[in-house]
Amino acid sequence: MSAMLDEAFPQIGEGRKRMGGEGWRLACLTGLALALVGAFLLSLALGSVRIPLTEVIAVLSGGEATKPSWSYIILAFRLPKALTAILAGAALAVSGLQMQTLFRNPLADPSILGINAGASLGVALVVLATGAATGFLSNVGLLGDLSLIASAIAGASLVTGLVIVAARWLRHAMTLLILGLMLSYATSAVVSILIYFSVPEQIQAYIAWTFGSFGGVTGRQLTILAPVIGAGLLLAGLLAKPLNALLLGEAYARSMGVHVQRVRFWLITGTSVLAGTVTAFCGPIAFLGVAIPHLCRALLCTSDHRLLVPATLLMGGLVALLADLIASVPGSRVLLPLNAVTALLGAPIVVWIVLRRDGPRSDFAS
Amino acid sequence: MSEPILETDDLAIGYRTRRHAPHLVAERLDLRLYPGELVCLLGPNGAGKSTLLRTLAGMQPPLRGQLRLAGTDLYRLSPQELALRLAVVLTDRVEVGNLSVRTLTALGRYPHTGWRGRLTLSDEAAIDRALTAVGIADFAPRLINELSDGERQKVMIARALAQEPQLLLLDEPTAFLDLPRRVELMGLLRRLAREGERAVLLSTHDLDLALRGADQLWLLQPEGSIQVGVPEELVLNGAFQHAFRGAGVAFDACTGAFVFQHPPMGRIDLVGHDLAAVWTRRALEREGFVVSGHEDPPATLRVAIHDQEGQTVWRLHHEDTYQDFPTLSQTLRGVKTHWFAARTEQ
Repeated sequence: MSAMLDEAFPQIGEGRKRMGGEGWRLACLTGLALALVGAFLLSLALGSVRIPLTEVIAVLSGGEATKPSWSYIILAFRLPKALTAILAGAALAVSGLQMQTLFRNPLADPSILGINAGASLGVALVVLATGAATGFLSNVGLLGDLSLIASAIAGASLVTGLVIVAARWLRHAMTLLILGLMLSYATSAVVSILIYFSVPEQIQAYIAWTFGSFGGVTGRQLTILAPVIGAGLLLAGLLAKPLNALLLGEAYARSMGVHVQRVRFWLITGTSVLAGTVTAFCGPIAFLGVAIPHLCRALLCTSDHRLLVPATLLMGGLVALLADLIASVPGSRVLLPLNAVTALLGAPIVVWIVLRRDGPRSDFAS
Repeated sequence: MSEPILETDDLAIGYRTRRHAPHLVAERLDLRLYPGELVCLLGPNGAGKSTLLRTLAGMQPPLRGQLRLAGTDLYRLSPQELALRLAVVLTDRVEVGNLSVRTLTALGRYPHTGWRGRLTLSDEAAIDRALTAVGIADFAPRLINELSDGERQKVMIARALAQEPQLLLLDEPTAFLDLPRRVELMGLLRRLAREGERAVLLSTHDLDLALRGADQLWLLQPEGSIQVGVPEELVLNGAFQHAFRGAGVAFDACTGAFVFQHPPMGRIDLVGHDLAAVWTRRALEREGFVVSGHEDPPATLRVAIHDQEGQTVWRLHHEDTYQDFPTLSQTLRGVKTHWFAARTEQ
């Protein structure tokens, strides 16, 4: 298909070759990094109250804003939220990339391992089954609630543990995929049973969690979130070389010296930690994990993970920041569900990219 | 002769199953593979070519016996040590649209590079050598999804060469190629074996090509044994015919080709010595005739090939009459018409 296109329109082929060059890729990475810094500053400046950029920079460099309330807004609310968005976006995008390559499936994302489902189950158990008894309902909407995070972590780790154990002895990655999928079905079945026996207020509290939010993470929780996600991202960087070999499939990867079982174990572990942590703190955030890797492949014209890992990391952080910015509807008091924003804005972009190219299949074995 | 790269002693191959006793595919395999040699692994469907190849590639442990690669037990090597000695080209179709030919070939340097996969000058040189050896240096910047099947196959071979292995294993590399590409590929593999002091082992269904191109044949028999020898020897001792016997096909040891078995049609005389005569003979034999020259008694049908002012003409003699045909197709139709007419008269 693309070869045909190139023959019909040689100038497109020319453009693609130029775009695919090393210089272009370096420019992309630099551009992404700058855009991320820009979006970061913007998300600190915009919100229900607009704070001038000069003031934002002053506060960030340790100074005081002209209005004390601005310093407070930035340091107590917007800074943790923006940092969380960057960390979560990067974590989900990178783990999505890992899953797509490991399973050679363009639709794979971290939720494929059943991690979201596990976290949902944990939260559902707390909110729906015990919520009324513990007076949890008084905290509806306050996503920073510790019991919520603890239950999400418990649920996610349970599923993660199962999947990691399975990854150690299962021979085929595809079996793992089916296992994760079935685990998801089973847990969502339990969740729907819990919902069926719950009162509307409890259900609403649960639904609010499923919307996803970066706003519930406090500065103190960030001290846990940041190192954990940092470690996961570092691991992804270390695995870039075997990920490239895995593009050819597990049999070829093994023949080129990849310790497939070991690499698969670390990929699953890294993804579980990254996605599990994000889901626990921010709720089940959909879409970023699937879309960002495709965006980056299209942008950089490459499947080389040594470029894709840093690119998805930056792009994930950037898109998460922008989505959060839009969800908070600057200048208003409205707060849209984060998941709705990521999907509504992102889906058309991905459709456009996929239609413009050959389609995502060309990145994977058929 | 130098030391073998690969040697097996009393090797038994097959599948281990969880509940049942292991499924034995072939046993008592004593095989040797020497540097510079091109060996074709042949056998009918289901004889275990893939199982043997997978066992030799370190992907499926043998049921028993010894398997040594350059003197070391193959299944004791780490994945990296193995990859430094042995490279494979599999039948798996590789779909990585966003990789250039060069980048994919560079993946072959995997066991040679550090954790970042950074290519040194010597790595780059090895990639260049691999691309040149396979003859695809010109399209190194092209993307994989722009290539034909034959070109893709070459890229995968270049990637295997970039690994700089002592032993190259290929699983049915000619399967998706047209005949000229197959011959070309076989020539390439022969050259790679000779010039690189490597051993090349490939499994194939292409008997004709294997008979003409291989230094040695490993012939897996349906009952799970293997016969080893130069191709001609295996034809002479009947091993070839035995392995591929079956209904409706027969191996003709004189021409070295497989022919359809028909109920015999009858005898026909053919006069002529040029290329047209060779292919006319083939056409007649395909139709089931026994073709002879001038014999006594003469056959009722005779085809003589004439040259009339630079044009080949087929003259079909039947008893005292004759008829001229300008093409072989029409000649064949004429022969069959006469033949069936004569048979209904009887």
